[in-house]
Amino acid sequence: MEMSKIKILTNGFIKENPTLVLVLGTCPSLAVTTSIFNALGMGAATTFVLIMSNMLISMLKSVIPDKIRIPCYILVIATFVTIVDLIIQAYVPALSSSLGVFIPLIVVNCIVLGRAEAFAGKNSVFDSTLDGIGMGIGFTLAIFIIAFFRELLGSGALFGQNIIPFDGILIFVLAPGAFIVFGFTIAVVKWLQKTK
Amino acid sequence: MGKKESSLKQLVLSLTLITCIAAIALTVIYSMTKVPIALSQQKKKTDAISLVLKGFKGETKETKVLLDGDKDSVIIYFAYQNDSLFGAAVETYTDKAFDGTFSIMVGFDAVGNIIETEVLQANETPGLGDKIDKKKSDFPLQFKGKNPKDFNLLVKKDGGEVDAITAATISSRAFCDAIQRASNAFLKIKENGNEQN
Repeated sequence: MEMSKIKILTNGFIKENPTLVLVLGTCPSLAVTTSIFNALGMGAATTFVLIMSNMLISMLKSVIPDKIRIPCYILVIATFVTIVDLIIQAYVPALSSSLGVFIPLIVVNCIVLGRAEAFAGKNSVFDSTLDGIGMGIGFTLAIFIIAFFRELLGSGALFGQNIIPFDGILIFVLAPGAFIVFGFTIAVVKWLQKTK
Repeated sequence: MGKKESSLKQLVLSLTLITCIAAIALTVIYSMTKVPIALSQQKKKTDAISLVLKGFKGETKETKVLLDGDKDSVIIYFAYQNDSLFGAAVETYTDKAFDGTFSIMVGFDAVGNIIETEVLQANETPGLGDKIDKKKSDFPLQFKGKNPKDFNLLVKKDGGEVDAITAATISSRAFCDAIQRASNAFLKIKENGNEQN
């Protein structure tokens, strides 16, 4: 694989991490990160949608007229999200009940539409797929980190297993705690990028 | 690539085409997942019924009840063993929850004592309100064996006998509300049924 291909893939990990650097898709990042299980499920679902929609939109870019590209993108994304939603409901009902409304809401996750508009609409199918994989991994990584600290501090548990015998610090379970952890994670990433 | 000038006809055509493809894809996936989804929901329900009716094996008879002043009906699954009433599992809900509504399954024995409760669907705050689930805390265990007729189903703060979950009084109240609704429905049908027989 050429260097540039690897760059496209790893771009989303840290350098242009959709959540921590571009600060897109904050709603799911804050809402589902109360447990690692939820975060990984959300990450996997979003990654799947990102890869598939990037791939298809890049294939269709010569067919889709410029004037109506956004409705077309939304349509493609919504289709894949509905597919994911149905599959999760059918085969992973536990995940579907804990993620609830956030799976259908992937449709309006700005990461997905953002990548379609900024990348898949201008690049080749292969590059767009790589970009989808990279961005998906970056998103999953980011919400995993946030969920890791929120679950650990908020309920003293990891992966649902109690590891610290205390009740947890309440605020980390609630929305303000999500903002605090999110802020600190962004700060650390910024600091790492500066010192590098 | 580059900007293409497209006529209205082309715009309509391409959008229609994409919509059709999307519709076909969704139809295929929907028909594929329809059965597993129904099965998993059915399984969840039958699992909950057998959990809250400990010791009962067999088929249940389903009855829907709408209580006065309620928006939604509750579903009662009557369990008969050797022609006598073993008890009933009641699928009940509350609209006073922190997150709006949640639904639970409550098992009663023939005289109306609570056997067990099971959370069916709830989005209460993790770490707080989600303690209504007995996997997370001992809160629901205090209802075991109690009869809502002589057990005051209100949290202690409201003058009742229920120990509320710390920092989740609303969820605790909602839980009591759901059980009360289940009990009312169960008693109503049981008494009516006896009169008819």
